[in-house]
This record gives sequence, C-alpha cells and structure tokens, in this order.
Amino acid sequence: MIQSILVALSSLGSGGIFLFTQGLPNLVMLIVGGVLLWLAVKKEVEPLLLVPIGFGCLLVNIPLGEMMDKGGILRFFYDVGIITEIFPLLIFVGIGAMTDFGPLFENPKILLLGAAGQFGIFLTLILALVLGFTELEAVSIGIIGACDGPTAIYVTTQYAPQLLGAVSVAAYSYMALVPIIQPPIMRLLTTEKERTIRMPMAQHGVSKTTRILFPIVVTMVTGLIAPKGLPLMGMIMLGNFLKESGVVARLSGASENEIANIVTLFLGLAIGGTMEGHAFLKAQTLAIFGLGFLAICLDTATGIMFGKLMCFLSGGKINPLIGAAGISAYPMAARVAQTQGQKYVKRNFLLMHAMAANTGGQIGSVMAAAMMLSILTGMGLV
Amino acid sequence: MDKWTFGVSVTIVGMGGTLVTLWLLSLVTMALKKIFPPPEASAVSKGATKAGGTK
Repeated sequence: MIQSILVALSSLGSGGIFLFTQGLPNLVMLIVGGVLLWLAVKKEVEPLLLVPIGFGCLLVNIPLGEMMDKGGILRFFYDVGIITEIFPLLIFVGIGAMTDFGPLFENPKILLLGAAGQFGIFLTLILALVLGFTELEAVSIGIIGACDGPTAIYVTTQYAPQLLGAVSVAAYSYMALVPIIQPPIMRLLTTEKERTIRMPMAQHGVSKTTRILFPIVVTMVTGLIAPKGLPLMGMIMLGNFLKESGVVARLSGASENEIANIVTLFLGLAIGGTMEGHAFLKAQTLAIFGLGFLAICLDTATGIMFGKLMCFLSGGKINPLIGAAGISAYPMAARVAQTQGQKYVKRNFLLMHAMAANTGGQIGSVMAAAMMLSILTGMGLV
Repeated sequence: MDKWTFGVSVTIVGMGGTLVTLWLLSLVTMALKKIFPPPEASAVSKGATKAGGTK
C-alpha cells in the first residue's frame, strides 16, 4: 500500500524535476512566453496575437505536458489549421471584410507604392541565401518583409514549416514595431522640403459598382498571372466582396468578427506551440529575427524611394512619406506617415493618401507571395 | 541552379511581376472609375448633356 502511494507520489512534480535538470531551453522559453504576454497585456503590442502565442509558448514549454505531441491539443490545432493552411486563409477572409479600398480608388496610381514596398522581401531572400539558408527557407524568411502575418504563415507552412515559430513571431512583432522602426528611415531618406509637401484631400466618391467589381477584377487578374497565389488573394477579395456587395452583412460581419476571432485564438496557440525550447533556441532563430528586421527596413526604404520617384514625376505633388505606408501593416503604417507629415506641417493631412498606399501594400504583399509561390512551382523546386 | 542565380531570378521575376501586376490593377481601377462614375458625377454629366440638348 505504502509502496503504491510512494510510486504515485513519485510521478508528481516530474515536470519540475525535468525543467530544472534538462530543461534549460524550456526555462528560457517560459521567460520568452512571459515577455510576450507582458508586451501584449502591459504594452498592448498586438495583444490579439501575442496573448495566444505567448500562452501557447508557456504551455508547450512546461515539460512532459505533451501539448504538442500526437494527441495534444496544440498539436491538434497545428495539424487542423496550420498544416492544412486553413487558418491563415480564414484570417484573410476577415482582413478582406475589414479593409476599405476606398482611398485607393481616389488615386489608383498609388497602388504602385504597394508594389515598391515589397522590394525588401526579395533583397532579404538574397541575404538569407548568402547566410546559408536553403532556397525554400530563404523564401520563408524574406516573406517576413511582407509585414503580413497570415501571408508569412501560409508561405512558411508550405516551404519551411520548421521555421514557422520564428518567422511568424518575427512577422507579428515587427508589424507591431512599425511606428518605431519606420520614422528614422523616413527622416533619413527624405528632405525637409519633401516632407512638407501638401497633398490635397480628394473626395470624388466611388460608385458602388466599382467597389463591387474591384475584388472580382483583382481576383481574376492576379489569379491569371500567378495562379498559385490564388488561395491568398482569392480569400482576401472574397472577404472584401462580402462587405462591398452589401447583401450578406451577416457573412461579412461573421468573417471580420466571430470567424477571425476564433481562428486568431487557435492560430496563435498553434504558433506558440511551435516555440518549444529545444527546437526554437538556435542561432538560426536569431538570424531570422535579424533578417526580418532588415526586410522591414528595406521595404520602408524602397517604398520611400519610389515615393520620391513619383514625387519627381508628378512635379512635386506626391509626398514621399506616404511611400513608407506601401507595406502591409494596416493601418499602422498609414498612421505613421500621417504623424510624420504633421510633424512638419500641422495641417497636412496625408492619412487618406497613406491609407491608399497601405491598402496597395496589402495587395502588393499578397501578390509578391503569389509570385514566389508560382515562380518556385515553375522552377520545379516544390 | 546555384543559389545566387536562384535569388537574382526570383527577385527580378517576382519584383518585376509584382510591379507590373499592380500597375495593371491601377489601370483597371481607373477604367472601372471611368465606366462606372459615382452617382453624383453621372447625374451631373447627364444633366449637362440634357441641358446641352435643350439648347
């Protein structure tokens, strides 16, 4: 009897014993998980994502909990939603339903800034190759520069699932840090004269037909050019069509609220589940964070340089600051452009134009990913 | 294919393709705006045509 009680007792606390004997990486990751939760709760840094990611990170790093082993709940979320790529795609439907392309219709040429803001993806890809990552890993790292969490998750799941934790945490962290990362680059690359360029508030209005046809046309054009990216663009445009059609308010509402919220919870937990200490704590992870940071800096820089080009070609009518909003971090990047513009001219309202560049950046980032998916398939690498 | 060739090829085709696609989309969007002007704008232009016809 006493023997069986002792045996039963010996099974308790085994997680703690493991943690303090062989679990140093887990201990470090428990601290990382705690930091993520602190950032989310105290600093309100991307709380919708960092709370489930941080908690998932805690869960998976408590030894012998087997949350990510076969049959574990985190493993289940991972297998059901990430391996199948369903979670990021469902999030895209919600993003589409939340996005208003209205500002873009006022000046469609600004869409080009959304393309320029993706250049960092490709430069980072080359740098990752130089650092010794494989082709498919380099593509997954470069895509951090899309500044678009679901796109990064979708591409990484396909090409380098072993990097999923690092890539997605880097993507979401840097998205949240856009207001800190971008302003110094904006100041460095623009002259004071350029920063003070006023852009008039154009409000010509757009017909409902145009708004309804836009997602269909974008889906068709991009789908025909880069078919492998159709799941990404198709879902974002489906969400936007639900919203603009005006006849399925319940579906549109569900996409941007209930579905997006539920999927975000499971997606975050599953990503946190990939952050197990022994697998996550590698020099490679640090390199991914460094390259991801560089990707976003390069995106910002190329967006601004393209903005300067458009400024020159338009005879000084375009403020290059809005070029920095040509990334996908919506609507943070647009707000940064507005804030920076108003630092120099109080009554300079760049927000609508920056929003146009920002929504262009959303389309641009998905298009860049679609291009990569199609090119790699064409090259026979996948 | 070596890594350098791969990186440069993906960059040229990927970035070029993204730029061209978004340029195409901007053209299509401008065309949509022209074909389907907002109600006030179309009402104004119809009114103008009507007035011109009366004269």
